[in-house]
Amino acid sequence: MKALCWEGIDDLSVKDVPDPGMENRQDAIVKVTLTTTCGSDLHLLGGYIPQMRPGDVIGHEFIGEIVEMGSQVRRHRVGDRVVVCSFIGCGRCWNCEHGLWSLCDNSNPDPTPGQKAWGFETGGVYGYSHVMGGFPGSHAEYIRVPYADYDAFPIPDGVEDENALFASDAAPTGWMGADLGGVKPGDIVAVWGAGGVGQMAARAAMLLGAERVIVIDRLPERLAMTERHVGAETIDYTAVDVLAELRERSGGRGPDVCIEAVGMEAHSPSPEFVYDQAKKRFHVETERPFAVREAILACRKGGTVFILGVFAGTVAKFPLGAVMNKGLTVRSAQQHGHRYIPMLLQRIAKGELVTRHLATHEMSLDDAPRGYEMFKKKEDGCVRAVFRPDSSA
Amino acid sequence: MRRSVGLTLPAGAGVVAAWLLARAARRRREPEPLNRWQMVTINYPPQRLSEPGELPEPIARFGEALEIMIRPAPGGRGTELGARLRESPARGRIAKAAGRTAEGDARQVVQSALRAAKSLIETGEVLQPPAPPTTRRRTAARLSELATLRAGGEGGR
Repeated sequence: MKALCWEGIDDLSVKDVPDPGMENRQDAIVKVTLTTTCGSDLHLLGGYIPQMRPGDVIGHEFIGEIVEMGSQVRRHRVGDRVVVCSFIGCGRCWNCEHGLWSLCDNSNPDPTPGQKAWGFETGGVYGYSHVMGGFPGSHAEYIRVPYADYDAFPIPDGVEDENALFASDAAPTGWMGADLGGVKPGDIVAVWGAGGVGQMAARAAMLLGAERVIVIDRLPERLAMTERHVGAETIDYTAVDVLAELRERSGGRGPDVCIEAVGMEAHSPSPEFVYDQAKKRFHVETERPFAVREAILACRKGGTVFILGVFAGTVAKFPLGAVMNKGLTVRSAQQHGHRYIPMLLQRIAKGELVTRHLATHEMSLDDAPRGYEMFKKKEDGCVRAVFRPDSSA
Repeated sequence: MRRSVGLTLPAGAGVVAAWLLARAARRRREPEPLNRWQMVTINYPPQRLSEPGELPEPIARFGEALEIMIRPAPGGRGTELGARLRESPARGRIAKAAGRTAEGDARQVVQSALRAAKSLIETGEVLQPPAPPTTRRRTAARLSELATLRAGGEGGR
């Protein structure tokens, strides 16, 4: 079958690879109908995520149709149109039963690299390195979905593919940031990053009753999109002093909840950016955490910072003093999507959650390397490049 | 100049002394037990898993080579399952190094068996890695994987 493979740093190519096999009785094989780029893929392209191998199929946010099922799959039928969570959860370990699906104990077949890096391994995830299970990703014609009864969700009639697609990762990740960040009615919420996840976090905060939601980015087209489709306020961090602006808009208190949706390759207009970039290049540190630092400094006394962006290693100049002395709560997680996806699909069906606008560029899988180029460089206002494996270039 | 030398020499001597003391303390400490209990917590009621004879094949196949411990996990977290080798793996640097083969050291084999048993009890299956592979391993990746393997200890696949 055809698939988009990681071949090295900034090197992607569409190749013929073996079709996925059914390895377990709870597996399903899904024919991928739509699959999208995600900001976290850029960390793979940049070589910041360890244990990638040439030939790894990338992609983790997708929908498709079940074409084959193992004997123990009970809740689906061949032909079902499903959205699949990007993280793989068994549904029966303690973490899954308690809603911590991305920490599944049973879905990472090789826990050793994760244990060495982080003390304990995470659950498996599609197309995201051998630290996270080495599962081939969704930028392919077919994909193996383990624990299909728990990880694949039927798409309600009336929900179009282009809307359902983002219920796989961007929407549940954003919702989790607002939910586990403790957003409640009357709160002022600031979100760093106006990409897909940041926009979804902002929308979630609004639906959870936040009084004001303010999204911070530097790209005018993303800020305009956020105002238009999400209904949030925005700040262009290249034009204003973000800390002063947030303080002014929050009555001098600072936001109650600060959600970071940027990750390890953040940009900043400050000289610190050059310094951190140089350190990163020489592997003195592995991430550029500007947005996290700023969120911590901006947050009100006693507030909460939720880190949604992907980080893999170590950071320098982490303002621990601000965390401690301001009494902040800092939370983080990879997405526990399974706990939100059915609810999100219902909200999408009712029109409460709009996602389709994120798919700014749609193309065949053959054009995926070009799609990633556009996505990385934010060319032509690209927010997400979406690939259709069943169409030709 | 004389002043800076006067400050530097005692400071340097202090660092060396601290390092020597730390090294001596490390040497005095008891060696890490190589056959400590290795544990997993299984999301399964302790009333339904109380006898070693009820354990699945990945653990059962070790027979008498393993000591088994089963106890309720606190906080309603299920059942704690522990295993340790009745005979301690060889001590000493050379023996330890020799014991870490491509198959992993004995503790990693036990840890893998515990994980497999947990997975079987919780889900009815052990999740198999993806196949067939689509990847090629580079030298750097092989070295990184070898380093992980050689790290030994209790991590397990």
